[in-house]
Amino acid sequence: MKAENEFRLSFDSKSVNEGFSRAVVAAFAAQLDPTIEEITDIKTAVSEAVTNCIVHAYRDTVGRIYISAALTGDNTLRINVRDRGCGIEDVKKAMEPLYTTLGSERAGLGFAVMESFTDKLRVRSVPGKGTSVTLYKKISGREQG
Amino acid sequence: MPVKILAAGSRVTAFLDGEIDHHSASDIRREIDDAVRKYKPSTLKLDYSDVTFMDSSGVGLVMGRFRTLSAFGGKLIVSNLSAGEYKIMRLAGIEKIAKITLKEDKRK
Repeated sequence: MKAENEFRLSFDSKSVNEGFSRAVVAAFAAQLDPTIEEITDIKTAVSEAVTNCIVHAYRDTVGRIYISAALTGDNTLRINVRDRGCGIEDVKKAMEPLYTTLGSERAGLGFAVMESFTDKLRVRSVPGKGTSVTLYKKISGREQG
Repeated sequence: MPVKILAAGSRVTAFLDGEIDHHSASDIRREIDDAVRKYKPSTLKLDYSDVTFMDSSGVGLVMGRFRTLSAFGGKLIVSNLSAGEYKIMRLAGIEKIAKITLKEDKRK
C-alpha cells in the first residue's frame, strides 16, 4: 500500500544505537495515537531487528543499518530494517524459536519476538549481500480502545 | 549502574533498573555474576520492578544466570515482570528453569 507518511534513517551498527533507533520508530508511531502496549510492542520488535543486524549481520565489523517506517492508509505501521551484512544462509532455521548461533547469553528469540509482537513479518536475505526485515503493525489506537 | 545487588544470608537479589537490551545486558551480567561467585547464594532473585523496557536480551540474561548458578546448585527467581516481559519469558519457556512472577499492581 502507498505510504501516507514516511521516514528514513541510517546509523552505525553500534549497540549504543539500539535504544536510540527503537525510540525513533516509537516517536514516529505516536501520530497514530497508539496505546502504551502498542508502543512497547513496536519498540520490542524494532530492538530485536536492530540487535540482529549488530550481532549477526555485522558480527565482526561496524556497518550501516537502514530503517524506514511508513504509515499506510489502514492505520498500519510498516517498518523496514535492513543491512548490507553477511546475510542468512537458512532463514527458516534462523526463525526457529531458541535457535541461536551465539552461545549461552542469547536466547535465540529474535524472530519469535518480532512475530509475536507484530501482525506480519517478512524476511528476505541473500548470503553475502544482506538482510531485509519488514514488520507490519496495525495500530488500534487509544480512541477506539 | 543498571543493577543494584543486595546480599542477605544465602539469598542474593539483583534489582534491575531501566532498559535491558543487548547493549546494557553485558554490564548487568558482569555485576550479577561477580556477586554470585562471591556469595554462592542458594537463591538468586532477579527483580524486574524498575525495568522500563526489555527485549529478548532480558531472557538471555536469565538463561545465562541459570547456568552460572547451576555450578553452585542455586535456585532462580524472576519477579515483578510486566505483562509484556512475562510474555517474552514464556516464549522461551523460562518457567521451566526459574520461578517467574508478575508485577503486583501497586496502584491498587
